Amino acid sequence: MLDSKIPQGPIESKWTKYKSTVPLVNPANKRSLEIIVVGTGLAGASAAATLAELGYKVKAFCFQDSPRRAHSIAAQGGINAAKNYQNDGDSVYRLFYDTIKGGDYRAREANVHRLAEVSGNIIDQSVASGVPFAREYGGLLSNRSFGGTQVQRTFYAAGQTGQQLLLGAYSGLQRQVGLGNVRLYSRHEMLDVVNIDGKCRGIIARDLVSGKLERHFGHAVLLCTGGYGNVFFLSTNAMGSNVTAAWKAHKKGAFFGNPCYTQIHPTCIPVSGDHQSKLTLMSESLRNDGRIWVPKRKEDAAAIREGKLNPNDLKEEDRDYYLERRYPAFGNLVPRDVASRAAKERCDAGFGVNKTGEAVYLDFAFNMKYKYGKQVATLKHITDPTEEQLTAFGHEVIKEKYGNLFDMYKQITGVDPYKNPMMIYPAVHYTMGGLWVDYNLMTTVPGLYALGEANFSDHGANRLGASALMQGLADGYFVIPYTIGAYLANEISVKPISTDHEAFVKAENEVSDRLNKLLAIKGTKPVDYFHKRLGKIMWDKCGMARNVEGLTWAISEIQKIREEFWKDVRVPGDANEFNPELEKAGRVADFIELGELMCKDALERNESCGGHFREDYQTEEGEALRDDENFKHVAAWQFNEVGNWTLNKEDLVYENIKIAQRSYK
Amino acid sequence: MNWITKMFSSSLGQKLIMALTGLFLCSFLIIHMVGNLQLFKHDAGLAFNKYAVFMTTNPLIKTTSYLLYAAILFHAFKGIALVFQNKKARPVKYQAFDGKANSHWSSRNMGVLGTIILVFVVVHMSNFWWQYKFGHVPYTKYTVNVGDNSLSSIPIDVTNEDYMKGFTEKLVVRPLGQVDEIIVKDLYRSVELGFKELWLVALYIIAMAALSFHLYHGFKSAFQTLGLNHKKYNGAINFIGIGVFAILIPIGFAAMPLYFFIK
Amino acid sequence: MNINLKVWRQKNGKSQGKLVDYKVEGVSPDMSFLEMFDVLNDRLVSEGKDEPIAFDHDCREGICGMCSMYINGRPHGPNQGVTTCQLHMRSFKDGDTIVVEPWRAAAFPVIKDLAVDRSAFDRIIASGGFISVNTGNAQDANSLPIAKDNADEAFAAAACIGCGACVAACKNSSSMLFVSAKVSQLALLPQGDPERNTRVLNMVAQMDSEGFGACTNTGACSAECPKEISLTNIARLNREYFAAQLGSDRS
Repeated sequence: MLDSKIPQGPIESKWTKYKSTVPLVNPANKRSLEIIVVGTGLAGASAAATLAELGYKVKAFCFQDSPRRAHSIAAQGGINAAKNYQNDGDSVYRLFYDTIKGGDYRAREANVHRLAEVSGNIIDQSVASGVPFAREYGGLLSNRSFGGTQVQRTFYAAGQTGQQLLLGAYSGLQRQVGLGNVRLYSRHEMLDVVNIDGKCRGIIARDLVSGKLERHFGHAVLLCTGGYGNVFFLSTNAMGSNVTAAWKAHKKGAFFGNPCYTQIHPTCIPVSGDHQSKLTLMSESLRNDGRIWVPKRKEDAAAIREGKLNPNDLKEEDRDYYLERRYPAFGNLVPRDVASRAAKERCDAGFGVNKTGEAVYLDFAFNMKYKYGKQVATLKHITDPTEEQLTAFGHEVIKEKYGNLFDMYKQITGVDPYKNPMMIYPAVHYTMGGLWVDYNLMTTVPGLYALGEANFSDHGANRLGASALMQGLADGYFVIPYTIGAYLANEISVKPISTDHEAFVKAENEVSDRLNKLLAIKGTKPVDYFHKRLGKIMWDKCGMARNVEGLTWAISEIQKIREEFWKDVRVPGDANEFNPELEKAGRVADFIELGELMCKDALERNESCGGHFREDYQTEEGEALRDDENFKHVAAWQFNEVGNWTLNKEDLVYENIKIAQRSYK
Repeated sequence: MNWITKMFSSSLGQKLIMALTGLFLCSFLIIHMVGNLQLFKHDAGLAFNKYAVFMTTNPLIKTTSYLLYAAILFHAFKGIALVFQNKKARPVKYQAFDGKANSHWSSRNMGVLGTIILVFVVVHMSNFWWQYKFGHVPYTKYTVNVGDNSLSSIPIDVTNEDYMKGFTEKLVVRPLGQVDEIIVKDLYRSVELGFKELWLVALYIIAMAALSFHLYHGFKSAFQTLGLNHKKYNGAINFIGIGVFAILIPIGFAAMPLYFFIK
Repeated sequence: MNINLKVWRQKNGKSQGKLVDYKVEGVSPDMSFLEMFDVLNDRLVSEGKDEPIAFDHDCREGICGMCSMYINGRPHGPNQGVTTCQLHMRSFKDGDTIVVEPWRAAAFPVIKDLAVDRSAFDRIIASGGFISVNTGNAQDANSLPIAKDNADEAFAAAACIGCGACVAACKNSSSMLFVSAKVSQLALLPQGDPERNTRVLNMVAQMDSEGFGACTNTGACSAECPKEISLTNIARLNREYFAAQLGSDRS
């Protein structure tokens, strides 16, 4: 059993007590301690800035051309915080409870409670650093609802909340760069960690412009490198999002927690063809005002697919608002895993509405007219508005709320969502799994930490909307600055280790050998060919629904892809130049290894929970069927060699929340 | 560096110089225009000539005019320097450039337009201002009937050096009871003669077209540089910039050479 | 659809570049512009004759600001308010010839092919594009009400994605729109007020030292900005700058 180092005491006071008893590093010693931060998203940027503010010497790395490009920037909907500004009964406990329940009782209580405790500070910090959140006319902050909750606790900046929060954290980081407290290495990719005497002491990074390998020492290394959704090839992740940093750490001793927990987001723009390189999310916030439906009759669905029937002409009684029907209490705002599965269920049953049969409607017409249109009419003292007036009034409100999302939808699909209902389908969005970390966010390698989406910790088997931003910033702004002291307090006497140390030399040689090996294959197929094949297998067999047969087949198929990849991939150019194809090859090689582990983990977990849905474990109504007796644990995989892992477990203890079957009815 | 040099050597400060000198030159254009409208008076140029004397003798106006010359030089040479400086910011040019898609032609060619105007100013000043001040401008004697303001004029034979003696003044007014006799440096006649030249008229018209485009962008641009961009006032700025400075003033100025050419 | 491409190829920052012709066949109108490049690159890799074309891109949903192609004489191509990744082939016709170049500016040196180095933007932000508030120092988020109009305007300025299209579009390669967006955002918020003078002075000084040209108010930046950042921000930057120079103790 793994020791998660959860502090003793009642849950409400664990973090407070921890903070006041954790060893401290005095300011003079901080100056001689070096910390490497890999990744500059919400977790990385906030951690690097905060640690530099505290006085540590920080080096920050990102593979993009600027820290501001990290994929946190694409988060749309919002960030949760238990501020209770709406006076609707929110509290730290409720946020804690909702997150645990939303995660289908597979998250660690102490971490989640800490997350809820610091959530309010994140909003304070962000506003203070100039994040322009949406406001009411009185000048105070506005909130909206998100899935899986019954309070309004989501703060937002139009549909660009992630962008605004990241730019806030980035500006803090750049401030420290300007002050000389952080050295920034953009267009650098971490390709290995260096462990010396059982502790993580640095990294090997490749300067992506010159192609040169560099050795960097650090007393501690923080991986803030995001999730691994791109293992599916098609996902809402950025093209560059990858598992490489986390995977290298995993191969050097860090356990990988719950790799099979993948979040499939219910509202993405459906796939349009084989050329597709990525999928685009339509924010969950749209479910506040959009109603999800498919036709009640299969004939109608078929007619719509063939273009013979306009969905706007389908009568109200012929539409099946299946979420409202199945989950009256939460309606369209059920958690993501539930909404996704429900969409898949309808489409599999033949009710899909686009050419491929894999799409459902997200329709704003009703709320546009009758909710907002009427509101505006009342404000304008129009007692008997016409239907056209209502639509026009509502149009303006919808535009203000979701304008950028509607524009994006139109841009991508060529269809005007103000006139026709949006078509959506689930797509891979977030990975709850990641490097296993203890309460301090330290992996199983001393001195090596994982923050944000890169770790496995806070969301259990399913993440609630608007909680990713919260977790990234909580880890970076408010958790790691304290918990890293617990480790570094004992490291103050360690002098910086020369990068000529044999461990650095050896690691660099390994990295260089691998790059040369990739270039030397000179096979016939481009990297994407393998990535697409891997992605399809993962989506079909380890996606929204999984079963023993499919997973077993997938594992052997992925092994075949791996062999083929190392025999037949073609990587042009050489290692000593800007070579995006070489970068991609290295990342896909790691994805292939990860894919196998994900299937293995999914096969091992004989239950359904959150984002992990095993067809052989469901209730009669088709809901996920957990097995708390045998699987109330974190599966933390230890790497032995490629294709060979040992399973370790961390038992999850629920002292404060009574485990129950999740119900959103 | 002290703050003043620091401010004026920054890219914003240099633009501020362009904006302030530019607006000052705009204000001069209005005065110049109003004064020159007297060319259209049917008084054989008397009013215009009086105006010319006033403009070149009034101490306040004289001081202002030196400021104006300085502003012209500053605006022109700073502008040219900025064009070259800005070109350095893009050492490798685009192979395909579609400027019209995102900006008005005039805004991208202020340097060229300004150079045309500068050439014009040089020609214009050497033709009239230089001649008037230092060169050979004829005198004319006007006889104005005090009762009905009717008027006759006789060019004075400038070759008659004896007669010219004593006329160091540009303007002499002799009240002679029934009539006033006015002897004045006749710039009007220079204008009249000058604008019989086709090439000069053509240059003036081209220059006024350049001025029109220059001010079409320049006027509102100056306000933008000064930080004055507000939806409540932009309408007025645009109206004045286009209506007055890009249309009325250039047309008015262009009408003068045309008028004399056709007359 | 069949598309004729003329793409700028340049081995690295030191070498000379030139336009090279490529023909891409079977392009779907639903493809994004970058997906067309993916198709072309896969072909180039498979054929093994020519190296694939290097170009910057990441999120492919129009928000990260990494993609940066100068298409037929315009940054991000023919459509208004759109990044290259959100440009779709339905905006072109069968048989079109499309010229694709990198952003061109002394301050944005070419790294390879269509990828340029925009770290000048990072340095400008590092010089003052922030509010100096250390983590943990913040007061309650609702303790300072902000008029909705100001908050909205600050947000509109903050929507800048730092792609550099403004610099690419400007005939002077000026970065005023980028700088003004950040200065505006923070000038409009009470939190940004204490540092407003030093911020604008330092950011302008850094901007000038990076080798960008001066603003001549052509408006090309705003017209091509994928986030449609308004020119009023540049006016505000001017105001802020002159107010700081003329009306504060700083210079």
